[in-house]
Amino acid sequence: MPLFPGGNPRTSGHLISAADLTRDDAVRILDTAEEMARLADRPIKKLPALRGRTIVNLFFEDSTRTRISFEAAEKRLSADVINFAAKGSSVSKGESLKDTAQTLEAMGVDAVVIRHGASGAPYRLATSGWIDAAVVNAGDGTHQHPTQALLDAFTMRRRLIGPDAGLGRDLAGRRITIVGDILHSRVARSNVDLLNTLGAQVTLVAPPTLLPVGVEGWPCEVSYDLDAVLPKSDAVMMLRVQRERMNAAFFPTEREYSRRYGLDVQRMERMPEHAVVMHPGPMVRGMEITAEVADSGRCTVTEQVANGVSIRMAVLYLLLGGSEHAGGSGNTATGTAETAATTGTAARTEEK
Amino acid sequence: MSKTLIRGAKVLGDRALDVLIDGETVAAVGTGLDADGARVVEADGQILLPGLVDLHTHLREPGREDSETVLTGTRAAASGGYTAVHAMANTFPVADTAGVVEQVWRLGRESGHCDVQPVGAVTVGLEGKQLAELGAMHESAASVRVFSDDGKCVDDAVIMRRALEYVKAFDGVIAQHAQEPRLTEGAQMNEGTVSAELGLGGWPAVAEESIIARDVLLAAHVGSRLHVCHLSTAGSVEIVRWAKSKGWNVTAEVTPHHLLLTDELVRSYDPVYKVNPPLRTEADVRALREALADGTIDCVATDHAPHPHEDKDCEWGAAAMGMVGLETALSVVQHTMVETGLLDWAGVADRMSFRPAAIGRLAGQGRPVSAGEPANLTLVDPAYRGTVDSAGFASRSRNTPYQGRELPGRVTHTFLRGRATVMDGKLV
Repeated sequence: MPLFPGGNPRTSGHLISAADLTRDDAVRILDTAEEMARLADRPIKKLPALRGRTIVNLFFEDSTRTRISFEAAEKRLSADVINFAAKGSSVSKGESLKDTAQTLEAMGVDAVVIRHGASGAPYRLATSGWIDAAVVNAGDGTHQHPTQALLDAFTMRRRLIGPDAGLGRDLAGRRITIVGDILHSRVARSNVDLLNTLGAQVTLVAPPTLLPVGVEGWPCEVSYDLDAVLPKSDAVMMLRVQRERMNAAFFPTEREYSRRYGLDVQRMERMPEHAVVMHPGPMVRGMEITAEVADSGRCTVTEQVANGVSIRMAVLYLLLGGSEHAGGSGNTATGTAETAATTGTAARTEEK
Repeated sequence: MSKTLIRGAKVLGDRALDVLIDGETVAAVGTGLDADGARVVEADGQILLPGLVDLHTHLREPGREDSETVLTGTRAAASGGYTAVHAMANTFPVADTAGVVEQVWRLGRESGHCDVQPVGAVTVGLEGKQLAELGAMHESAASVRVFSDDGKCVDDAVIMRRALEYVKAFDGVIAQHAQEPRLTEGAQMNEGTVSAELGLGGWPAVAEESIIARDVLLAAHVGSRLHVCHLSTAGSVEIVRWAKSKGWNVTAEVTPHHLLLTDELVRSYDPVYKVNPPLRTEADVRALREALADGTIDCVATDHAPHPHEDKDCEWGAAAMGMVGLETALSVVQHTMVETGLLDWAGVADRMSFRPAAIGRLAGQGRPVSAGEPANLTLVDPAYRGTVDSAGFASRSRNTPYQGRELPGRVTHTFLRGRATVMDGKLV
């Protein structure tokens, strides 16, 4: 059985970093997500693929939208779902990550979807031998958010190539611009890794204070000039910029940031006609993006949310090896299930 | 009084000689010495060094006896070939009064495994605001001469200036933990390409270098003595080299781990590699080795920092900073400096015994191996090859970054004023 994901043997069987995905892994996830997306158009949006499997959403940071997206994905795959918010739990009384994870596993959990404020916490969970369950990184510190990068790539492929025409294809030659607080962004890191793997050309645009020292080693271009980059972009991804950053002197004022790096309609018109505007949410309207742009037809924010569910279904399906449950169940979604089952052969079948 | 004859050891790596210990002192050094009833240690092929002296040890007592005590820490020191250690002041309570330094000093005397020289805090509670009673600590039974807020930087320029000036009255030295606090808020690892990728807060080289630059200028201005703790960057080396070229009274130390390990190891997110100052780059490692070889860096100091298991068995962000080092220091120095041809064994004796003892003004430590000197001696088998296994450590803590790594050399005997603290590789 080939490793999945195949880019890093240490984290095979888990999804920790977008950098761990090979080009074929990524395309396979996008193709599987396309199958899952079709399910969403059916009257009964449920697959029996993960029936009898238990997944815990272990959230050490508040993130209602990511947690709900995972939960929707898990339920559509018929998994049993446990939501664990660290706030107000034993964690706030000083319990360690290790003890929390081992407690959950003792209850018979097959996968842990973890959101944590410390960069590397999911990697530790997957590689330290604390637990055997599959680990899916739902965002760690300023490190990675791989399912966000996958749903972004999925959205780009659907918009720029097409849902059917895109099957089996990557993003070779597409020019993607990511604008905003790169320094504090796990979304930017994940996207740079994945888009590079998929053959796209990435340009980061930000004030120099919001770019990490060491960015020169990343597989992308860096620019301080948004207006110069916009005409050469197929997709422009605006990242949230927290107003509090100006208190730490990352930029002088909110207005100055907005003038130099915000996306308004005038700027949007500099983009090629086919180009889309993306945002991982939550948006700060009036800061990095104006309301007009956010509400325009070129902005994919709500599509990204919908696609997030399909991508997370695909990831969990492939990691947990739902194929043995998927086929011939007599469910109304059987046709889709069988297609999905043949799309993916997962590495982690039958283990606990 | 007991006598010991060390037969055929290469003294400081040079000629094979016999060394006769009588009581607390070296009675004779020569060839063909008569055993005359002395216990004989056959040391063919082994290197005899002056007992090692560490300028930078965290013994954790009082306060964190779950990670180390003076007893376990000095046992670890003896195992590593040390006959004297300087115990850092960041204990609970902080060693900022004559009472606490005398307590640590007394615990050291009771342990008997090596000399313990307490370091006094520069400021009350390591807060950087008000000078601790430096004079009282100096006049105490502990006779403190080295003062440090290690773990925290004396970042206020005025406080640092006053401290440097004040200790001139009793030939003291300020050992600075050079870390500009504002530039290192939230710092988790060296700032560079690896931190950018891992999303861990950066600890930039400039935060160390800017403080060292300021401090050498202050030391020159007031004509006092500055010691730079655990220097970790190529830029810091350049500043210290420049200060020394001016004739200023500046000394510096480097840790074994900064001579060997780089920030690439942080990719594992294993907190055993989390340390302050952080592991730097390959270029920094190269510069540090060269600076230790040419004497710009005066000495190797372990920054032995024990932590209980639970403080490392967690995610990176939650983990404590620090590594144990007493029991592996000499092996790392052999590996990085001797076997690379950068330093001979006489050089090792200089950087790990003579110079640190001189900086600390320790009487009876860091002395030549010759008749009439105190018998503080360390015998090393340089041909030994072994794998580091923390299960065998004398330290109470196990947070070594070298677990499972093959390192050369082994301390076979340590003598503290003529008495063996280690015999045939085992603690006495």
